[in-house]
Amino acid sequence: MTEELPEITPKADAVRDPAKPEPPPQVAVSPAPQFEPAADMPLLRIEGVGKTFGSFRAVDRLSLDIRAGEFFALLGPSGCGKTTLLRMLAGFETPDEGRILLGAKDIAQVPPHLRPVNMMFQNYALFPHLSVRDNIAFGLKRAGMAREQIATRVAEMVALVKLEGMEKRKPDQLSGGQKQRVALARSLARRPQVLLLDEPLAALDKKLRESTQLELMDLQRRLGMTFIIVTHDQEEAMTMAGRIGVMDAGRLEQVAAPRELYETPRSRWIAEFIGDVNLFDGEVGWRENNRLLVTTREGVTLAVTEPRQRVTKATVCVAIRPEKVKLSRRAPVSDAANTHAINRLEGVVTDVSYLGGLTAYKVKLESGAVVRASMANTARLDMDAYLAGQRVVAWFTPDDCMVLEQ
Amino acid sequence: MSARPIFARPARLAAIAPYLWMVLFFLVPFGFVLKISLSQTAIAQPPYVPLFDLTEGWAAIKAAFGQLSLDNFKLLISDSLYISSYLRSIFVAVTSTAILLLIGYPIAYGMARLPQRWQPIAMMLVIVPFWTSFLIRIYAWINILQHDGLLNKVLLALHIVSTPVVWLSTDSAMYIGIVYSYLPFMILPLYATLAKMDGALIEAASDLGASPGRAFWLVTFPLSLPGVGAGALLCFIPIVGEFVIPDLLAGSGSMMIGQTLWLEFFTNKDWPVASAAAVALLLLLIPPLLLYDRLQRRTLRGGG
Repeated sequence: MTEELPEITPKADAVRDPAKPEPPPQVAVSPAPQFEPAADMPLLRIEGVGKTFGSFRAVDRLSLDIRAGEFFALLGPSGCGKTTLLRMLAGFETPDEGRILLGAKDIAQVPPHLRPVNMMFQNYALFPHLSVRDNIAFGLKRAGMAREQIATRVAEMVALVKLEGMEKRKPDQLSGGQKQRVALARSLARRPQVLLLDEPLAALDKKLRESTQLELMDLQRRLGMTFIIVTHDQEEAMTMAGRIGVMDAGRLEQVAAPRELYETPRSRWIAEFIGDVNLFDGEVGWRENNRLLVTTREGVTLAVTEPRQRVTKATVCVAIRPEKVKLSRRAPVSDAANTHAINRLEGVVTDVSYLGGLTAYKVKLESGAVVRASMANTARLDMDAYLAGQRVVAWFTPDDCMVLEQ
Repeated sequence: MSARPIFARPARLAAIAPYLWMVLFFLVPFGFVLKISLSQTAIAQPPYVPLFDLTEGWAAIKAAFGQLSLDNFKLLISDSLYISSYLRSIFVAVTSTAILLLIGYPIAYGMARLPQRWQPIAMMLVIVPFWTSFLIRIYAWINILQHDGLLNKVLLALHIVSTPVVWLSTDSAMYIGIVYSYLPFMILPLYATLAKMDGALIEAASDLGASPGRAFWLVTFPLSLPGVGAGALLCFIPIVGEFVIPDLLAGSGSMMIGQTLWLEFFTNKDWPVASAAAVALLLLLIPPLLLYDRLQRRTLRGGG
């Protein structure tokens, strides 16, 4: 399979600014070098972009930089504005305010057919009257490519998505996975500066979705292209994306790498949205070294490590992920030098859910609060499983606690 | 005996019903017409021979069969009156269908792009004329098109013409009447196809670099062809046989086949020739029907 694809004229020469610095290399040689763009020069800069439909504020003065060669995911619940944002990048919606800079040029008002950006549609939007080949060639013909060049490019694209022998089929004669590949090939064929993917895997079944995720990542790395994906599936976003922008009510709540997003959420909302979490509302009692003591509403005192950014408010929320809560029959012995080395909560197991790879427990504390804990089933014959009704100690370290101020 | 055996196979019965209908109300009458077309005209009641009389026995029926001939069809071919009527019918139908398509497509397209809540209202506006009798609407056109009718008054008032234009008894009047009457039949199937089209396809086309015009020609139009075919056929076939509109609005110069048929049947009382003309008309309409059927089957197979 060749990846040495000929350079294509971007669909709009008008969009290209001659003063613009050399565009990022769009043709990658296998194996692709890790492309590191200058930090101060994002490929795509979204500046205070807003969009209102009637009285509904879909996107609210949102700003975001996307680097060349990045795999970026826009994640959020339905109605959060992520699709509207993507459609503004594609040109299907015009922002009411703000700028969208691609390179140095503001494309906010440029119609979609003149943008050097392509989109892969959620339900693929393949042209039902055209064959696989003609679907892929559609954008190339519009770009005014020579006939032989189109044939070569189409053949390369077909090989890239492993659809050899299917060129003459119509979309109706393809399976869901094959349609998805055609849609991908069609949107990649023009070698866009940015590829937008709108829930590209939503229509596939779970197994196929997982393998396609890996293929998409591999493709993005090899082509060195910039991908922006919209998804509501956090696992999908975390698997594929280098950075994730979590959106809610038209705003970006947090933009971070998957690990940071999970381990250092910026708000209570993010902590609850990404993965499972136990939350304890409380008051900051006193500081001790880098420890905070928080008295929860239930009257339990928790020791937590103060985050790098010092806590300023008195009322905080302590969050702890279930897999960081350990269960044991007896309380673990704490470090004598530090009485607050470990948080221990006594309670009764009320619920046990065996999930294969892990087991999820619910522990009811004396205060009435419920703590969720999950433990990996690392051994086939587990002598350590807890039963409902059993008294246990749920414990976790201050380092595993997250302190959220909002 | 209960009704049970009959109701035990409702599905099979339901499947037979349309065939039964076709046989009773299409095939049997067509058999009569076909038989009359092979008969000879006579001054009698009914005005043709031979007559089949089942009471006279097998030999008589056989003799009657012997009298049937293709003479009437030979007449149709040899007499230029019929040929020219057929040709005119086809010409008028093709021209009208083309005009209908040119007018109907933009209307249907506009309707399909209206906001959802306005679409039923637009549809009502297309259908509303049907609430008035067809004949009355044609008479209304006579009124509008006559020498001191509304059209001429407007044209004079706007100084587009200086003297009243003769509209009535011209082909223009006939085309106006036909296009007016058949427009809903063109619009509705087109609208149905255009309204259910996936908007994402147009977005995909523009995303891939097609300007709005190109997106229309490369995606919307090809995908609306089944609607174009249905609308064209729905108009073309009845227009070929149209009698009332040309009779009331067109001049008496050349006739469409429907008028010729009428003339043979009622004025000349020549039932056999009229029947032969009707059978020929039907045969004439079979090829476009088959063509349409084939096209539709191809789009279905190819994924339309």
